[in-house]
Amino acid sequence: MATTAGTLPAVGAHSGLWSWLTTVDHKRIGALYGVSAMAFFIMGGIEAILIRTQLAVPNGTVLEADRFNQLFTMHALTMIFLGVMPLGAAFFNWFVPLQIGARDVAFPRLNALSYWVFIGGGLLFVSSFIFGGAPNAGWFAYAPLTSERMSPGSGMDFYVVGLLMLGLSSLIAALNFAVTIINMRAPGMTMMRLPVFIWMTLVVAFLLILSLPVLTVALIQLLFDRSFTTHFFSPEEGGNPILWQHLFWVFGHPEVYILILPSFGIISEVLPVFSRKPLFGYAAVVFAGVSIAVLGFAVWSHHMFTTGLGTVPQIVFSASTMAIAVPTGVKIFNWLGTLYGGNIRFTTAMYFAVSVIVLFTIGGVTGVMHATVPVDTQQQDTYFIVAHLHYVLFGGSIMGIFSGVYYWFPKMTGRFLHEGLGKLHFWLFFIGMNLTFFPMHFLGVGGMPRRIYTYDADLGFDTWNMVATIGAYIIAVGMLAFLWNFVRTMRQAPSAPNDPWGGATLEWATSSPPPEHDFDVVPEVHDRDPLWYNRDHGVTTPAAPAHLHIHMPPPSYYPLVLGGALLLMGIGVLSHLAVTALGVVIAIYAVWAWTLEPTD
Amino acid sequence: MSTIDPKSDNTRRVQDLYVLVFWAATIVFVGVMAAALIFSFMYRERPGRTAQQIHGNTRLEIVWTLIPVVILAVIAVPTFDTVIKTTGDAPEGALEVIATGHQWWFEFEYPELGVTTANEMHVPVGRAVNVKLRSVDVIHSFWVPQLTGKTDMVPGHDNRLWFTPEVEGEFRAQCAEFCGTSHANMRFRVFVRSQGDFEAWVANQKKDRVAPTADLAKQGEQVFLTGACVGCHVVRGTAAAARVGPELTHVGERTTIASALLDNTPENMARWLRNPPAAKPGSKMPNLNLTEDQIQKLVAYLESLK
Repeated sequence: MATTAGTLPAVGAHSGLWSWLTTVDHKRIGALYGVSAMAFFIMGGIEAILIRTQLAVPNGTVLEADRFNQLFTMHALTMIFLGVMPLGAAFFNWFVPLQIGARDVAFPRLNALSYWVFIGGGLLFVSSFIFGGAPNAGWFAYAPLTSERMSPGSGMDFYVVGLLMLGLSSLIAALNFAVTIINMRAPGMTMMRLPVFIWMTLVVAFLLILSLPVLTVALIQLLFDRSFTTHFFSPEEGGNPILWQHLFWVFGHPEVYILILPSFGIISEVLPVFSRKPLFGYAAVVFAGVSIAVLGFAVWSHHMFTTGLGTVPQIVFSASTMAIAVPTGVKIFNWLGTLYGGNIRFTTAMYFAVSVIVLFTIGGVTGVMHATVPVDTQQQDTYFIVAHLHYVLFGGSIMGIFSGVYYWFPKMTGRFLHEGLGKLHFWLFFIGMNLTFFPMHFLGVGGMPRRIYTYDADLGFDTWNMVATIGAYIIAVGMLAFLWNFVRTMRQAPSAPNDPWGGATLEWATSSPPPEHDFDVVPEVHDRDPLWYNRDHGVTTPAAPAHLHIHMPPPSYYPLVLGGALLLMGIGVLSHLAVTALGVVIAIYAVWAWTLEPTD
Repeated sequence: MSTIDPKSDNTRRVQDLYVLVFWAATIVFVGVMAAALIFSFMYRERPGRTAQQIHGNTRLEIVWTLIPVVILAVIAVPTFDTVIKTTGDAPEGALEVIATGHQWWFEFEYPELGVTTANEMHVPVGRAVNVKLRSVDVIHSFWVPQLTGKTDMVPGHDNRLWFTPEVEGEFRAQCAEFCGTSHANMRFRVFVRSQGDFEAWVANQKKDRVAPTADLAKQGEQVFLTGACVGCHVVRGTAAAARVGPELTHVGERTTIASALLDNTPENMARWLRNPPAAKPGSKMPNLNLTEDQIQKLVAYLESLK
């Protein structure tokens, strides 16, 4: 390999720590995303357990008020930005190239950069617990509670810098996946032959590209308000706190679909494979997903029905929110149609996938209740909303993600997770989440507000709170069952064949785990379910040539260096601007060396 | 605090709508769950069974797109009607109240009656109340589950809501927008009274403070007027006239103290004075390091302010 003056020597190793730090292989980056996100998911779960422990009995004394406020803020931020979004990214990384028949993503080094920026932002976020207190104004961070005067500590600065970094990471990844899906499909893989998971990835990528800039603007305005005495959101100087809410929710509502659509994509793969029949109404499912995304930008004010919007905006946003129920319903009916007439094999992945249909429907119908503005004025900011959002994000997103974990584990590692332990995990999650979140409907209707660290004994909240806490502990035990299953499985020798489930999509055409170059021969696609078409029409894959000459991008240091430089710039905002300056210098060097780095 | 035990015209309207939406939601959910369970059972793996290779059905797609549209239309019409009825102007002759959110207590002012009080709002039964909503610091939310849905109190942006209480009684309420450390402790009560009782309450509120007669209470007033108390509180009829904390002219008459956090008993009053942030974390009233002697005198004084 040629070296260029001023760049570091090329990386040689293909195993060991160094190879992971410099990898640009989409599968390894996917593994990094998956393991890191699972660690953060456990952290968010511990935060949830602390919250539920405090609320188990009236006038709880486990946590002080401010610590509780930090924990519910960090629970949301951790689960959304460090758990569910990167778990989605792990699957995007692994399966976008494999399902479209490509050898890697369009920009492999950029892909590594998005991971390193994510991990930097995540660690920065979590470190706030040690350095002066975590953010404590809610993940929605309503102004003017977030002003320098009302929140003088560093918590909100960690919030701003952490979210800016995580947003940058997601934006880089989204652009990369959009370009990959549009440009790098195998021959014959037309848009209407794309697996639904790929369609949902593409939709999520566009949601990120369109919504994150809005959040970025709001965060920078907040940073300026806090650090440079501007007055975007401070009412006493003519700023407008409601402006923050508009900006936040123009991002925040599409964010809900960013969290749920990957899961919809996953179960749209799992349900047909284990029903042994094609997805019912492919085109309807795809267009429903796109419609949800488009409508998702027109409903943000339903988070603001109690801010005094006025009669007409309330009616308009009520109507647009109700409209989203239509494409969502179409998806649910098509999944049911997929089960109909099948020969259903109930693997663990299938248990999780079917449960998504039922659990997400609960979150969906309560969503229609909130679209009904007058009813929302009673339910807004009560535990009813907590119940609703967890049926969507736990019942929908998390259960769907675990369906994907069990479904794709043999492809990713060459090993099968134990089915018995997997079903134990499923039942603990299913029972635990229903015990935790269903009673919250009753609490909300009974008048229990959200985000309270304590409640009186005489309000009738005690029984259902205790039940919810017991449910949370059952979920935790379910997670332990999964972790044990994971450790146990990884200690076994790989045994999975290429296509253990009778899959329909291209990832099952290559070995488990796939080689670095994914496919010895780039497959040709004749149908929406290419492997089933090949099976039914006797199409065989051409044999690989004896000597493979496949060019793969070499490993690179620069994503890591640039990610580190961005982290330094962030740390500088929180400490001393000299650190930011150092970060800028390193970043300029990293970008320069990145550009000159030889690619052969 | 129940949201489904309405005691005003507007919460009753919300309740009617809630019942409609609840049943629509239940029917949809039961239908989906039944289909999922039945299909899962009927089409589970069996030897000799082959899956039917169906790709879709356009007629079905149209049907199950239209069904939700019809259900939503049935919900939408009464929804919009209720929005128009409940968010419009208050009926003629409504009682005007200005409610102001503070970290972490509520202030109630009756501009037509010249009365200001805190944390306990009194209104007559059967007459509409038009509440103007303000905040002096961060966003709070005014919510009395049995009397009115919530509307936010936004600094620099006045909101309002109205409702007509239909039965007499005491109603619990709580701030519904996260507003900082003691959000959980920011509560209030609404007392719906007969017209006569309400007028008697107003007449008493308009009076200056009852001059203390007992010795301990008299000494308490001296402690109050010479100490830090006057820096924040009003007791009409004395030199105390600062509007930072709650008005105390008739504090002895209230059923609760510390934004409806504690019952108004001498023991609780002493506990509050001993260390306010211990009872309400983050409380803007600091620990004044009062002596037990001062506390006993202040308690006697404050409890005498009927």
